[in-house]
Amino acid sequence: MEAKITIAVASGKGGTGKTTVSANLARAAAEAGYKATYLDCDVEEPNGHLFLKPHLERRYPVTIPVPLVDEQKCTGCGACGEICQFSAILCINKTVLTFEKMCHGCGGCKLVCPTGAITEQGREIGIIEEGQAGGLGFLHGRLNVGEAMSPPLIRAVRSAGQKSGGLVIVDVPPGTSCPVIAALRGANYVLLVTEPTPFGLNDLGLAIDVLKELGIPHGVVVNRSDPEFDHFARDFCREKGVRILVEIPDDRRVAEAYSRGELAYDALPEYRDSFRELLVSLEKEARK
Amino acid sequence: MKEIVVISGKGGTGKTSLVASLAALSETPVLADCDVDAADLHLVLEPRSRHTEDFSGGKSARIIPDKCSNCGKCFELCRFEAIIKDDSKQPVFSVDPIACEGCGVCSRFCPEKAIEFKPSINGQWFISDTRYGPMVHARLGIAEENSGKLVSLVRGQARKLAEEKGLPYIIVDGPPGIGCPVIASVTGSDGVLIITEPTVSGEHDLERVAELVRHFQIPAYLCINKYDLNPEMSERIEEKAVSGGIMVVGRIRYDRSVTRAQVKRIPVVEIDDSAAAEDIRKIWEALAAEINKNN
Repeated sequence: MEAKITIAVASGKGGTGKTTVSANLARAAAEAGYKATYLDCDVEEPNGHLFLKPHLERRYPVTIPVPLVDEQKCTGCGACGEICQFSAILCINKTVLTFEKMCHGCGGCKLVCPTGAITEQGREIGIIEEGQAGGLGFLHGRLNVGEAMSPPLIRAVRSAGQKSGGLVIVDVPPGTSCPVIAALRGANYVLLVTEPTPFGLNDLGLAIDVLKELGIPHGVVVNRSDPEFDHFARDFCREKGVRILVEIPDDRRVAEAYSRGELAYDALPEYRDSFRELLVSLEKEARK
Repeated sequence: MKEIVVISGKGGTGKTSLVASLAALSETPVLADCDVDAADLHLVLEPRSRHTEDFSGGKSARIIPDKCSNCGKCFELCRFEAIIKDDSKQPVFSVDPIACEGCGVCSRFCPEKAIEFKPSINGQWFISDTRYGPMVHARLGIAEENSGKLVSLVRGQARKLAEEKGLPYIIVDGPPGIGCPVIASVTGSDGVLIITEPTVSGEHDLERVAELVRHFQIPAYLCINKYDLNPEMSERIEEKAVSGGIMVVGRIRYDRSVTRAQVKRIPVVEIDDSAAAEDIRKIWEALAAEINKNN
């Protein structure tokens, strides 16, 4: 694969198997000789490394710019507090207070300050670690515990991943709000992992709505597929006009391998073909 | 009145199924679904809405085409990749409402005053009745921000209801992760019940969520779902939890009746002869006893 293709693995609901699918897919790609990189954008709870067991070579902090006020230059005019939409800087009785954890790093206070009393300094919100897992490139972000804002770190992981060519597989956080949007940016195709349960399908519906809004092509993986419940998933996807690319059976051996930190691709060789086939159909879909 | 928040770190470990059962066990609680970007509790509790309100968490920018002179100042200043440049269009610049962070910098510094900056509607919230008690829940709009603010609003409304009606418990269904909506869900609560699973991911994510509750100094309790999937891992997780100051309140067996309950839209404790139901009853007894100890 020469041209760069980014495939994101998302779900809406947590715990449906995003990491299982993305990590196995990444392993399948590397084994098949693709130049591939796995990007873990679930920076609040990154898990891909537990399965891919990368050799980490580089580690660096990610910061966001926050204001630093020079009291000598500050006249207490209050313009900074007025422009800030996030209650991160306040001016009370001509004294400026900053609340760094609230700051989104927009730079408005610095721009608006008439006396140049505000400069910016970096505040660490998390780290990025890069390495190799077999022939696979590996990259993940880890949000520092107690930090509220993950999107700037997710954007940093994504742009670090931009440098690698070939196939990029992105593990997306659960949900439908800003962290998900940040992780999905630039994806050519999104694989939605669901379970054939009411919770799984409800959240799949929300995720499909997000992708329609973003205009990114997408297809579904039904994980823990089960003859008792599968018709719910099939009916749902038919109604939504979304294709099911593969169904992964509810196999206790897969769950047990996962619990030990093993990839189904390695522990259960009979699953290799389904991940290889999924890879081929994804490549086809993503190039459309 | 005691507010108990159910969280997990890792998603999909059974928060909502557990909360639905606690709703049935705790006798007229106020329920709050704080997983506002992928809410599922309503699928089991089938709330009948009696109050609906729009939620505005912030402002968003919009370029007024007639006033724009294509100077590109907004494009230069925006740090969120939210100004789209398209030379084939007139004006060349527009705001991507999905990427817009709502900081207002573009609007403030536009030399033509061509960018309006107005409150945006980011979702809706509801007060509803369920067969177990009142419920406050919300729906964040597609691809919207400010889920933390919406979570705070839902919790605030739930607290108000509990106070007005003198109800003993608020049971909160929390979001996954450790970021903004989770922090907004747990701060100032009476106790956090963490539900995890015996997997390397569950173990890893529990460490981070445990650090978070320690950081905010909230009493924390743990139960392991599907513990028999990997009993050794379950023990290891419990040992770690205890040494981190978290009390273990029970274990839930792997049981297909949990999914069957979900399909029937009832809490699993209402399914006869369910092993998981039996385990959850014990968890509630242990948890209620502990929560009511700390006054």
